[in-house]
Amino acid sequence: MRRRWIAPSAVVWLLVAAAFFLIPLIATLLFSLRSIQTNKCCSGAAYSLIVHDHQFWHTIRLSFLLSLETIVISLLLFVPTVYWVHLKMPRLRPVLGFMALVPFVVPPIILVVGLLNFYKGAPSWFYDKPYGFLATTYVILAFPYMYFALDAGFRSIDLHTLTEASQSLGASWRTTLTRVILPNIRVAAIGGSFLTLAIVMGEFTVASLATFQTFPTYIQFINETQPYEAAALSLLSFGIVWAAMLALLFVGRGRTRPVQVAATR
Amino acid sequence: MAYLELHDLRRAFGPVVALDGIQIELDKGEFLSLLGPSGCGKTTALRLVAGFDRPDSGSIVIDGKDITRMSPNRRDMGMVFQAYSLFPNLTAEQNVEFGLRIRKNKRPARRKRVAELLELVGLGHAGKRYPHQLSGGMQQRVALARALAIEPRVLLLDEPLSALDAKVRVQLREEIRRIQTQLGITTLYVTHDQEEALSVSDHVAVMWSGRIEQMGTPSEMYGAPATPFVAEFVGTMNRLQSVVVDGARGEVEHAGTRLTVDTARGRTKGERVLVLVRPELLELEPSANAAAGGENSLAGEVLTHTFLGSITRLKIIGPETDLIADVPTARVDTLPIGLPVVAHVPAAGTRLLSLAEEPTSDGPDPGDR
Repeated sequence: MRRRWIAPSAVVWLLVAAAFFLIPLIATLLFSLRSIQTNKCCSGAAYSLIVHDHQFWHTIRLSFLLSLETIVISLLLFVPTVYWVHLKMPRLRPVLGFMALVPFVVPPIILVVGLLNFYKGAPSWFYDKPYGFLATTYVILAFPYMYFALDAGFRSIDLHTLTEASQSLGASWRTTLTRVILPNIRVAAIGGSFLTLAIVMGEFTVASLATFQTFPTYIQFINETQPYEAAALSLLSFGIVWAAMLALLFVGRGRTRPVQVAATR
Repeated sequence: MAYLELHDLRRAFGPVVALDGIQIELDKGEFLSLLGPSGCGKTTALRLVAGFDRPDSGSIVIDGKDITRMSPNRRDMGMVFQAYSLFPNLTAEQNVEFGLRIRKNKRPARRKRVAELLELVGLGHAGKRYPHQLSGGMQQRVALARALAIEPRVLLLDEPLSALDAKVRVQLREEIRRIQTQLGITTLYVTHDQEEALSVSDHVAVMWSGRIEQMGTPSEMYGAPATPFVAEFVGTMNRLQSVVVDGARGEVEHAGTRLTVDTARGRTKGERVLVLVRPELLELEPSANAAAGGENSLAGEVLTHTFLGSITRLKIIGPETDLIADVPTARVDTLPIGLPVVAHVPAAGTRLLSLAEEPTSDGPDPGDR
């Protein structure tokens, strides 16, 4: 058996890349561990202050629930839509693709000013509450991520054959969607969901301009007033994102199966 | 009254007419193959029966009930697709069980039925495997078991073997026929492979340009083709464009050569006809051995040999006519490439069609089959 070896140049590039990502993190970690009183290493005071600040828990809970709401609305809205477009109206795919690019093109600041004006007359339970106005705006912001993830998922399966096979066995449209199609685009839906989670957990412009207190606005507030706590908070939010990514890997692990296409075997 | 009836089904996609008023009647337990080249409308017909598409006009009746506008999930049709259609997230057992769960059958009954069907298709040992762990042939067997699980009124098979290799194809088509006969299930089978259609069906309907050219038993289709298209599509056929010169004696003239064919008797003098001769009916001998000006003979030269096992197919190129002849492989050494030969056309066994019956569009290339 041939012995596997790694080229020295590959090792060098690996170290350079690792340094690029790790040095700022290590620097932030060391900074966050400085004592608030002495400015010297090492103290967990910054972390202690953060985790004992009820605003931290309040804003992180709000942002997390907003993420979940955005994910649920996006999935309910986009899964059937993308399914139907792929199945019955494939000519509309480029139109949907174009529409999905709009949130990328329109800067969030313009979007939020437009939406604030648009919803000005809306009832207060919607306009004044984060779970109304903010969630709606976040669905728009997450549209491209959710759409392109789902689009890739739907393209990876033989949608027509699976749908027809399911229907010929007596399944209704709803049963077909929930028991045949969804399990087979699960990884794409999870991918889109975690991208949405990452966006909502980090969205600052809309929340700030609409004067809602979310996790990113809390980070911004801490950043302006308490430097060590801000570094600790940065690492904590980094850890949350990593936890989300690992959850994605864990949930999706071992579930993907080769896509079946005729004449490949 | 027939069990499955398709009445004057028409379906067009824009300017393209996929089905142009087809009429089919199938008795319970019969196996009918829709045979034809790509684009002839056979899959469209099957999809209309399955309910995946709606006809522009015409009706579909099963057991006396019109199901033309019924949604596919209420039709009780079991279907096996050309593409591998097993649900990738379910095991073979769960795939077969799917339709039974939809019908809310009790769990013990479901388990029993699934086990029976997997045994029937020879996959009793592979129930726990996922589709990606099965070969193409095994996947299609599971798909067949899944379609049979719901005890469908009609089993629809849309070129289920076309993605498989030749050996598995032959093996599986025999299994499909065995299971169909055993269960007595009415079956509609779509294929472009004439050998497949002829070997498994009770009846074959040859389709062309959205119409049924001819419907009959496999032996009728091979032995008595009703149109030039069927003659060419089912098996290989030599076509000799001729003119009747003496109807009383059954004589026609082809490219300056007089031929006597029994089927020309009673035809009007001057009528333009097509004499159809199967390759296995032509008798070849080297020109050097043949009597000069022998009757019912066409001259030519051996152009190619195609080895087909026990027989070898020879292409003969002549001054006016190209012919295809099948000879026993053991004899082929006496007919080498480049040898001038004469082909004797038998008076009996040929078919004769009036040239008015010839379709205007080009038929399939016989060399493709």
